[in-house]
Amino acid sequence: MEIKVLGPGCPKCEAAEKNVKDAVAEAGVDASIEKVTNAIEIAKHGVFMTPAVVVDGEVKCVGKVPTKEEIITWIKK
Amino acid sequence: MKERTKFLLMVTVFLACYFVPWDSEVVRRSGLEAFMMLQEYAREHVLTCLVPAVFIAGAISLFVSQASVLKYFGPAANKILSYSVASVSGSILAVCSCTVLPLFAGIYTRGAGIGPATAFLYSGPAINVLAIVLTARVLGWELGLARAIGAILFSIISGLLMALLFGKDDSSRAAGQIYLPEDTGKGRTLLQESVFMLTLVLILIFAAFAPPRQGEEGLWAIIFEAKWFITAALLVVLAVILKAWFSKQECIKWLEATWGFMKQIFPLLGAGVLVAGFLLGRPGHPALIPDHYIQGLVGGNSLAANLFASISGALMYFATLTEVPILQGLMGAGMGKGPALALLLAGPALSLPNMLVIASVMGVRKTAAFSIIIVVMSTVAGMLYGWIVS
Repeated sequence: MEIKVLGPGCPKCEAAEKNVKDAVAEAGVDASIEKVTNAIEIAKHGVFMTPAVVVDGEVKCVGKVPTKEEIITWIKK
Repeated sequence: MKERTKFLLMVTVFLACYFVPWDSEVVRRSGLEAFMMLQEYAREHVLTCLVPAVFIAGAISLFVSQASVLKYFGPAANKILSYSVASVSGSILAVCSCTVLPLFAGIYTRGAGIGPATAFLYSGPAINVLAIVLTARVLGWELGLARAIGAILFSIISGLLMALLFGKDDSSRAAGQIYLPEDTGKGRTLLQESVFMLTLVLILIFAAFAPPRQGEEGLWAIIFEAKWFITAALLVVLAVILKAWFSKQECIKWLEATWGFMKQIFPLLGAGVLVAGFLLGRPGHPALIPDHYIQGLVGGNSLAANLFASISGALMYFATLTEVPILQGLMGAGMGKGPALALLLAGPALSLPNMLVIASVMGVRKTAAFSIIIVVMSTVAGMLYGWIVS
């Protein structure tokens, strides 16, 4: 599984990244987490507001910090 | 912060401690001025002006629906609406640095195109509630108003010019799905939200109400006499509104958002005030830089003064709100009102680091054009304003 956290590096984006890491650890799934900070790269995903979380190419949340519980429901199949 | 940066910072502080002639008269006076200016801000501006304004910024970031604004930036959006919304949306969207750049890149590459994108890029940092309120409070309402109007006009004009120059490149925009934050229903009507916001703004206005001039009678003086009663009554109204329309969860989130802004703004503003006080001093009190340098460079309202102010504003980096104490120091040392506006209009939206980042999104040529447009317009606006107020 491939998870991307999009955000230029503000406190909110870091909070989102931390929640993603916690969620992956807790759910025990095998996932690579990538932080995308380049604005053009972020825009290529069609995301206008950050932080955003993309799981396997699918945009899951935009413009807010997702909670750990939310993220677990996205990655646990 | 990188370890290397920390080390360099430490070395700089050490060298300053070692070599600065702290016992010289000028340095002592400047050091005192730095803290006198900090105290002036603490006594005059923090409780009655900045704190209410930060609560408003927190409320805006939380309770105003961002999705409803963003839909005007999509590829199919009406162009006139796009520009108008972009020119004022800074007050709603750009309260966090997280938003400006990704949103700009998004509008530019996937959304409404280069015109609205640059309009937003300019308006974002220039039209935020905190900046306009503090400018009006510290530097006078005329300059605050001129800044607000100038920023909105500049945003639209620079957007249109960029679209005119580079609009044909827009056809190469990538199409595709765009994702906006979901519009979460909050269970309140628009009227309720407006009343809530209005109450907050009124609290700010009355708490920050300026004293009337000596011996002045009439409505102004009466309101000033009663300002704390009015403010207290409004606070009661606010409490009732919160109790009736907002859940406890929402109130906590509001506090958290406000606290977030405070952490972002107050340390930087405090440092900015100290630096401005050290270099320039309060109005009427000289500090490190002698007044005649300032008067020679940006005094009066000549073309050279305005151009110098807007170019240096465009290159310099101002942390959020610090442009205000710096300008206060400069104006106290003899900067003209025209150049002051020129610096305010070119300053917050542009800086050297910022230009590099913009260039990484839309290329060097377009960034240069954007910067030149802003500098030229700021110079003209400065001269015009200086001519009107003198």
